[in-house]
Amino acid sequence: MKTRILNLIKIALKAIVLNKMRTLLTMLGIIIGVASVIAMLAIGEGSKKSIKDEISKMGSNMINIRPGADMRGGVRMGGSEMQSLKLEDYEALKEKATLLSYVTPQVNGSGQSINGANNWPTSIYGVSPEYLDIKIWELSEGSMFTSAEVKSAAKVAVVGKTVVENLFPNGEDPIGKMIRFNSIPFKIIGVLEEKGESNFGQDQDDIIIAPYTTVQKRILAIDYIQSIVASAVSEEEAEAAVDEITTILREQHHIGSNDDDDFNVFSMDELISTFSSTSEMLTVLLVAIASISLLIGGIGIMNIMYVSVKERTREIGLRMAVGAKGTDILLQFLIEAVLISVTGGIIGVLLGFGATLFIQGVLGWPTIITPYSVIISFAVCAITGIFFGWYPARKAAVLDPISALRYE
Amino acid sequence: MGKTIIEINDLKRDFRMGEEVVHALKGVSLDIHEGEFVTIMGSSGSGKSTMLNILGCLDNPTSGSYLIDGVPVAQLNKNELATIRNEKIGFIFQSYNLLPRTTAIENVELPLIYNSKISPEERHRRSSEALKMVGLEDRMDHTPAQLSGGQQQRVAIARSLVNDPVIILADEATGNLDTRTSYEIMALFQELNRKGKTIAFVTHEPDIAAFSSRTIILKDGHVIKDEMNTNVNDAARELAALPKEDEE
Repeated sequence: MKTRILNLIKIALKAIVLNKMRTLLTMLGIIIGVASVIAMLAIGEGSKKSIKDEISKMGSNMINIRPGADMRGGVRMGGSEMQSLKLEDYEALKEKATLLSYVTPQVNGSGQSINGANNWPTSIYGVSPEYLDIKIWELSEGSMFTSAEVKSAAKVAVVGKTVVENLFPNGEDPIGKMIRFNSIPFKIIGVLEEKGESNFGQDQDDIIIAPYTTVQKRILAIDYIQSIVASAVSEEEAEAAVDEITTILREQHHIGSNDDDDFNVFSMDELISTFSSTSEMLTVLLVAIASISLLIGGIGIMNIMYVSVKERTREIGLRMAVGAKGTDILLQFLIEAVLISVTGGIIGVLLGFGATLFIQGVLGWPTIITPYSVIISFAVCAITGIFFGWYPARKAAVLDPISALRYE
Repeated sequence: MGKTIIEINDLKRDFRMGEEVVHALKGVSLDIHEGEFVTIMGSSGSGKSTMLNILGCLDNPTSGSYLIDGVPVAQLNKNELATIRNEKIGFIFQSYNLLPRTTAIENVELPLIYNSKISPEERHRRSSEALKMVGLEDRMDHTPAQLSGGQQQRVAIARSLVNDPVIILADEATGNLDTRTSYEIMALFQELNRKGKTIAFVTHEPDIAAFSSRTIILKDGHVIKDEMNTNVNDAARELAALPKEDEE
């Protein structure tokens, strides 16, 4: 049996070698199909991963709490206009929550920052010192303000790179300098490490961070807080932490068991899955298109095998006359089809790798080649060969040797 | 007389052509013994081709019995017939039927490829021996395109010998060759026959039949004549007697 298969493989190989050009052209369909499936999956996986990384960089354990949709006397109000989050909520979370490692209130506003003749429109974030731990953000210079400075509503600030560049265009050291934000003077005590642009195109370095007490009183003149930002003890505990926060805040807000929350809690996980599903859909679409070219490649194989059987009718008759059984002929053509598709598959995988590297190198798109994409496209190739090779091979196998020998 | 290689008794073959039934063979009985060189003659429509197909185990008879080398084959299925063809029969065709772009030795190896009992080394050894027997030991790696018609037919003869068959069936084996080359091929057949090979040769040329030891003539599905040749022509001598070809 082993020698029989080995012999048939040799025969099939010979036929392929004798028809190099034709084989190559037939393979081309499979090659293009496989290469595009590999490249598309790599692009899809790459963009998924980069979104995930980007969000993780923002702090993968991060949880946001915002005022939620609520009805006040039948009037639906937007979350940002609502004042349902109080400092007491923040304190309750700080005190009671067991699954949170850091919590900070957050208030923010935008306005003009001024240093002498230079000015720059930016945003100010009022937070507690834990903010940097939650955001996993370091300082490149100076230090973060302290809890004592929060308590005393000190007019100190930590600024981002973009703000520094625009207010101190001559490269002076900003530490210790006074700037003004909406006419309120702030002393710069630290500079944030550069973070660059976020995946959503936002300059993360265009920011001023100050004690929330200062921003509340001096800039916004409010006594509520706009949101609470926290981080779970670990990524795995993030979902449990969301539940815990919900329980604590419902209690804090005296919400009855049948009433809706007047706040929203988001974990990064949800954000990740939202963005992942978008890019996943895109991947499915790309792969679907690539699969069509693979299908066309398969039809190409069927076509050429059909022609090949027709062309070699006499050869088939001869082989049968000297003792080849129907199964020998069937296997010979099937092996030929599978060899074409699998060789095409191998070249396609290599070309797919090349295309992926090209896309990454020249276009700068993030790409990842996963082993499963290689395995799947390879398996699809082999199946394509068998599926589309079967019909012509079967046709050859059932030929009558007498009429095959007489075929002109 | 040697042992019986072919034993045919009341062999009939009918073909259904739409509503009509054509009786191609209407009860043929004959024996061929080891070491015989038989020619089967007949005009077209005589049942000659049908006879050859059944003799070659490419077709089943409608009725009657057929034993080859003692094995009853009339009722065997396709796969069993393939094995019989592979082990007991050597075919030679009018148009050689060599695989194009394939060397002489690879063409000769072909029947042995379908016999997994034979190792590649054995296959190669037997194939080069067979090519030596037909005088083509120095043309082993030539493809059919590089060989003359006579040489191609010699390769085909080597191919028919390689499985050491009990009978060689030749179908108009000289039909595509000129007289000189035909005689060369017939001389080769006579030589093989002298070495003990049993040969059945289908032809419609009486001068070719004259080289065999027995002639069977078919007509309308019956054997109308079956007699031993008392005056066998020697092909080698005939060849020598042919007028010399122009020197190139």
